[in-house]
Amino acid sequence: MRCDEYEEIELKMGSFVSYIGKLFGGEKRKELERHLRANDRHFNLSYRYAKNAIKTSKYNILTFLPLNLFEQFTRLANAYFLFLIIIQLFPEISALPWYTTAVPLALVLSVSGVKDAIDDINRHKCDKQVNNRTVDVLINGQLKKEKWLNVQVGDIIKLENNQFVAADVLLLSSSEPLNLVYVETTELDGETNLKVKQATTVTGKMGFNIEALARFNAEVRCEPPNNRLDKFKGTLILDGEVHSLDNDKVLLRGCALRNTDWCFGLVIFAGPDTKLMQNSGRSTFKRTSVDHFMNILVLCIFGLLMAMCLILAIGHAIWETKAGSVFQVFLPPIPGVGIGLSSFLSFWSYVIVLNMVVPISLYVSVEMIRLGNSFFIDWDRKMYYSKNDTPAQARTTSLNEELGQIKYIFSDKTGTLTQNIMTFNKCSINGKAYGELYDFTGQRVEITETTERLDFSWNQLADPKFIFHDHSLMETVREGNPEAQAFFRLLALCHTVMPEEKTEGELNYQAQSPDEGALVTAARNFGFVFRSRTPESITVMEMGRKVVYDLVAILDFNNVRKRMSVIVRSPEGKLTLYCKGADTIIYERLHPSCDKLMEVTTRHLNEYAGDGLRTLVLAYKELDESYLKEWRQRHHEASIALDGREERLDQIYEDIEKDLILLGATAVEDKLQDGVPQTIEQLAKADMKIWVLTGDKQETAENIGYSCNMLREEMSEVFIVAANTAQGVKEELQYARRKMSPDSAEEPSVVRARAGMFWLQKTETLQDENVDGDYALIINGHSLAFALEKELQLELLRTACMCQTVICCRVTPLQKAQVVQLVKKYKQAITLAIGDGANDVSMIKAAHIGVGISGQEGMQAVLSSDFSIAQFRYLQRLLLVHGRWSYLRMCKFLRYFFYKNFTFAFALFWYAFFCGFSGQIVYDDWFITLFNLVYTALPVLGLGLFDQDVSDRWSLQYPQLFSPGQLNAYFDKKVFLSCMMHSWYSSVILFFVPWAAMQDAVREDGRDAADFQTFAIMGQTCLFLVVSIQLCLESYYWTFINQFFIWGSIAVYFAVSFIMNCNGIFIMFNSMFPFIGAARNSLSQPSAWLTMFLTCLLCLLPVVAVRFFLMQIRPTINDKVRHKVRKEGPPAPAPLHQRPRRFSTRRSSYAFSHSRGYGELVTSRGFLPKRSLKSRPALFLNTDPPLAEKQPQLYRTISEEPEEPQGPQARM
Amino acid sequence: MVGKGVASRLRRETMVKDEQESSNRPDNTAFTQQRLPAWQPMLSAGIVIPGFVLIGLAFIGIGVALFVTSQGIQVLEIDYTGVEQKSPCFRCANSNEKNCVCNLEFSIDRLLKGPVFFYYGLTNYFQNYRRYGVSKDDNQLSGDLDYFQSPSDTCSPYEYDNNVPIVPCGSIANSMFNDTFKLYQTVNGVKKQVPLDGKGIAWWSDYNIKYRNPSVTPLKNAFNGTVKPIFWSKPAYELDPTDSTNNGFINQDFLVWMRRAALPDFRKLYRRITHEDYKEGLPAGNYSLEISYNYPVLSFDGRKKVVFSNVSWMGGKNEFLGIAYLVIGSLCVFMSIVMLIVYAKFKFPEED
Repeated sequence: MRCDEYEEIELKMGSFVSYIGKLFGGEKRKELERHLRANDRHFNLSYRYAKNAIKTSKYNILTFLPLNLFEQFTRLANAYFLFLIIIQLFPEISALPWYTTAVPLALVLSVSGVKDAIDDINRHKCDKQVNNRTVDVLINGQLKKEKWLNVQVGDIIKLENNQFVAADVLLLSSSEPLNLVYVETTELDGETNLKVKQATTVTGKMGFNIEALARFNAEVRCEPPNNRLDKFKGTLILDGEVHSLDNDKVLLRGCALRNTDWCFGLVIFAGPDTKLMQNSGRSTFKRTSVDHFMNILVLCIFGLLMAMCLILAIGHAIWETKAGSVFQVFLPPIPGVGIGLSSFLSFWSYVIVLNMVVPISLYVSVEMIRLGNSFFIDWDRKMYYSKNDTPAQARTTSLNEELGQIKYIFSDKTGTLTQNIMTFNKCSINGKAYGELYDFTGQRVEITETTERLDFSWNQLADPKFIFHDHSLMETVREGNPEAQAFFRLLALCHTVMPEEKTEGELNYQAQSPDEGALVTAARNFGFVFRSRTPESITVMEMGRKVVYDLVAILDFNNVRKRMSVIVRSPEGKLTLYCKGADTIIYERLHPSCDKLMEVTTRHLNEYAGDGLRTLVLAYKELDESYLKEWRQRHHEASIALDGREERLDQIYEDIEKDLILLGATAVEDKLQDGVPQTIEQLAKADMKIWVLTGDKQETAENIGYSCNMLREEMSEVFIVAANTAQGVKEELQYARRKMSPDSAEEPSVVRARAGMFWLQKTETLQDENVDGDYALIINGHSLAFALEKELQLELLRTACMCQTVICCRVTPLQKAQVVQLVKKYKQAITLAIGDGANDVSMIKAAHIGVGISGQEGMQAVLSSDFSIAQFRYLQRLLLVHGRWSYLRMCKFLRYFFYKNFTFAFALFWYAFFCGFSGQIVYDDWFITLFNLVYTALPVLGLGLFDQDVSDRWSLQYPQLFSPGQLNAYFDKKVFLSCMMHSWYSSVILFFVPWAAMQDAVREDGRDAADFQTFAIMGQTCLFLVVSIQLCLESYYWTFINQFFIWGSIAVYFAVSFIMNCNGIFIMFNSMFPFIGAARNSLSQPSAWLTMFLTCLLCLLPVVAVRFFLMQIRPTINDKVRHKVRKEGPPAPAPLHQRPRRFSTRRSSYAFSHSRGYGELVTSRGFLPKRSLKSRPALFLNTDPPLAEKQPQLYRTISEEPEEPQGPQARM
Repeated sequence: MVGKGVASRLRRETMVKDEQESSNRPDNTAFTQQRLPAWQPMLSAGIVIPGFVLIGLAFIGIGVALFVTSQGIQVLEIDYTGVEQKSPCFRCANSNEKNCVCNLEFSIDRLLKGPVFFYYGLTNYFQNYRRYGVSKDDNQLSGDLDYFQSPSDTCSPYEYDNNVPIVPCGSIANSMFNDTFKLYQTVNGVKKQVPLDGKGIAWWSDYNIKYRNPSVTPLKNAFNGTVKPIFWSKPAYELDPTDSTNNGFINQDFLVWMRRAALPDFRKLYRRITHEDYKEGLPAGNYSLEISYNYPVLSFDGRKKVVFSNVSWMGGKNEFLGIAYLVIGSLCVFMSIVMLIVYAKFKFPEED
């Protein structure tokens, strides 16, 4: 929810407050070990463990006001204004009536108060809803429905299918065989696949025996509450026996029970102690660089304010000695106040008077502008993905302008660049390629959505979502071509997929890798339907005929082997080994007779590689019984060997997998998300560097790199860093660097500077180095672990930054974050991380901006992201349009706001020189009160919300328009200084022109017109008009809303001035509005209007002239595009890019996207269902949303965890 | 902050259902899609250069008109502070004599066209000093009798005189200008008094709304138990013995004084010369101004002066505006030429 991410932009004194809190509150006694006894509330209560009620709300009715006010005043700006109000209470100091500060402050406090209250009411509602869920609790031997909040540690609760787990519980028994339960952990870690948990046998045997459960009085000792989701350590003491407990036996709060009728659990952690709650609320507040800069500016402005006040206080002292001391006849001094004290008071008076330079409304307006721009992101139809009904969402409303400053993009691969959908696209069987369409002239036909699809209706078990276009393949298979049949038989047999058949004929495959799923489904549709498996057999429907194969052995996949084989015995008793694997690996093991076929197949493979497809080569071999017997004997010996088991097994596999007969090759497309290559091209044009960080294998990542145009054939060189030692990595990095830039210095040039609040923060910036030519760097996970070490990280960064493209593969989530942090630290550039999975969370949190891909499985990435979009391609619109506009708007707003308020304050400053530095203000009190709050509030908001330099289409047409944001060009020190100079000039005009015009001024009826109120009205009207017209000069885009705001504000100004100055108001409020008649008297004078006219033009003409000259002499890219827009009108819609077909000599890349085979599980008895198909509930729910039907094929991975790096453990 | 994430996560459980029912497609309006029709002005040469020329010409026109008008206004300003020895008021300035009277002789060499306004001016006088400015009691001045007995603190140090409340209290009232003038025209050696009109010299709103006398008749009774300001010679209800409606807080001179000046050098309207004989203005000739010199300014190096002036449609004489308009108008025209040259030289880079 949007409001959750509300973030204070002001300097926080929070840490101080919490320190005080600790000092007085004292810390809760730390729990060292949890000790509890089942069914013994009395015993457990003595430990005062947290109850299961959760409380995420902050306030209740009574505490709201004091707590919320306290919290608000911990913001420095609010505290500062409170301080101002307090010093305004002293009449000696108070230059302004109290309401000038109090009214804005009250408004700000009440607005954020109301917002906090609404947030908290929502939290209360959520808490209440969650706490009031019911669960069956075993109390006194009976199951009773209880609310969640009444559940206590040590209670035994019964959970039912599809229920959420109420607390962290120890699994005791379940309805499923072997005491298994299936849980979905989406809410916890974002993974949608089901996880299996298993109770210990000692507790499992209790089953549904309520009495046994009620008698159950085991004691549990375990670790204290913590936030590690994957670890649990404890012991269960039952009848004096000690059983160890691990994570497999614990169900965590937030999980949902699936496919399990019921289970019993013992509550171990409740409420705030649960791992879910322990994991929450750690998100760090992100602030934009504009925020940081603004904080520094505010400090500088404070300095300036103090300096101005000091000057005026000294002026006051001088005036007092020279003029004041003699003017005492008419103005007696306050008794007991000498010149020193008087100057001191005057200093504080001016602190009040000039507080305009840091107006509280700045913060409010900034928040509102950000909020508005966030809404524009939410509302954008061009970022709405209709397929799964997901709009873009700005989840954090305070980071918008940073979207316009992105320099580095870190992207995940799977699910972000790719759809994680594999489609069986092409194949080569016995030297003949299938999958392409040719017309009569032999010309290749582009396959589109409308191309006619193959009709699989003859096959009742076919998957309706499978799409294939080439008729010849189906004909070949149906004709009974033995190679084609063997090809698909292999695909139907050689895999580790689990089938599910909920109802007869409705097959559902659960594949560990989507590639496998795609292949098995292809076989299924071409008439070789993998139907079911047991540990010893595989049932296949071969062209409608049921054939049961004996599964003799699975020679599983691993990283080194890069292939998998099965040995099966057909019903006829024929023994065959089927093998599929990487081309290079299989080719080495082929029978020499296949040489010719190999050549043809290689040609096909090269073509597939050029298309960016993932390829596998298939081969088989007939075995004879005696050999197999002997081999099995050796296999058995090896598998029970104590040392070197892995190596021996590998060797034995090697023995049998040789002299294979080549069948053909498959090509599976790892479907890219729509528009990925174009988006990457656009972002690259906008001078953003894109790094891909993926847990995938190097080959896969490289492949995707080519298919989305990040890696190109014509690149000068693609460096691969894959060394296994620190020295090796260093050498490889240095080699790459020297190759790219031979004359670069050995030592990186690091610029050290200071920044931040009080310049306390040290920064080190690595300079960019220029390189000729395009290079790319691919770095491996374990090399990365070395490269991220302190000694090498600069070398890594230097080399990586010289390259156009950087791909890091096999990286852990932690490494992803480390890479982001490295760039953040040494590049001082704004980073963006985009990803979709739980493994991207760390990176998303680490980067300045985290973008989550929504609408995919798992919400974890989205939940921790700042923005969520449904498709990678929306990123270009998010950045190039919304980001750029937000940045432009925010900068314009800030520039203008500072200009406006500085001008105001400087004008007050000048008047001090003419009123004896007495703290007299030159304008009406009410004008000061309302200036920021009413008169200029809306036009400024209009500027900050609606301004656009060029339309979205042009923004996308010219990505170069983005670069000023990266260079921070619209609002930096220089801009701020020029803004101040401009204010200074304006204030001089605004004060001294009326001053000169008012010298001895007389009205046309002879009455003197040089009185204070007339002067004030004239001055403030001039000021107001000048800043209003200046605003018009700032805006590029005049919608009727802007017009309405500006003209409305001007109307309101005059209306309010006249109303406040009218007789009735004065009679009603007496001394509150002393300016009675002033507006009427002064604004009826032609000379007043002439003065205003002069002032306005004097202020604005130089601005126009300077801008005109700059635009002529040094036009920015912005000016150029705007000029073009004027000349050419709206641009044509961007042409639809067609992906050119590339022919690649690059050898194919084989990819199993999973890490280790699944074979062991498949053959283990425990995992497989014992019951027959019909009673078995679906192991995995079909999680596809209905809309997914439109997509061709959909395979979800069962689990896809990146491997731990083999290098040194990465450090935090 | 703890638990925010959880709250939203838990909330999501309930929200997911709702979302599926209604489509999340954003509305297709010009506002939400940020394509509101808009005017996109640009500072192009075609607008800026002619604009500067036009503005320049307009300014020169206005400047000429203002300058001519201002030149037509006649002002006669005489300093009567009495700093120099030969000054007729030197004696009064340097003695503590009460009701010291000095005569200021001056001559007008050509007709000072009417209506003529008679101002007094003060310099180096800080009516705009903050502490001075707040030193009054608005409630008292609007005729609230409660505040007659207990004036507001803001009037300090002129709120009580020996514990008796001062009415009107405060520094502004206390320091009211109290020199008075009589103007004589010397016609054939005979002094002929020029009638001065003191009616309606204050703002209408001040006279009718802002300042009110208490509704007590006679007015004097309202002031029972109070004393006059320390510097005053007469109580407020006796400021104008000739006109009973011109007393108390609505005395015109008092009102003029209470409308404090913006700058340390100022002039305030004293009288109008509107009498039949002088309707056409002050004819050329010799005049004598009889000054009852009471107001001390020398201590703070101030100056007092009298000013006779007529006015035009744009008010009093002020050459600043006319000159400023002329200068800026010329500058605009000049700038437009420079711009034209720059434009011709650089053009706008068309390529790319």
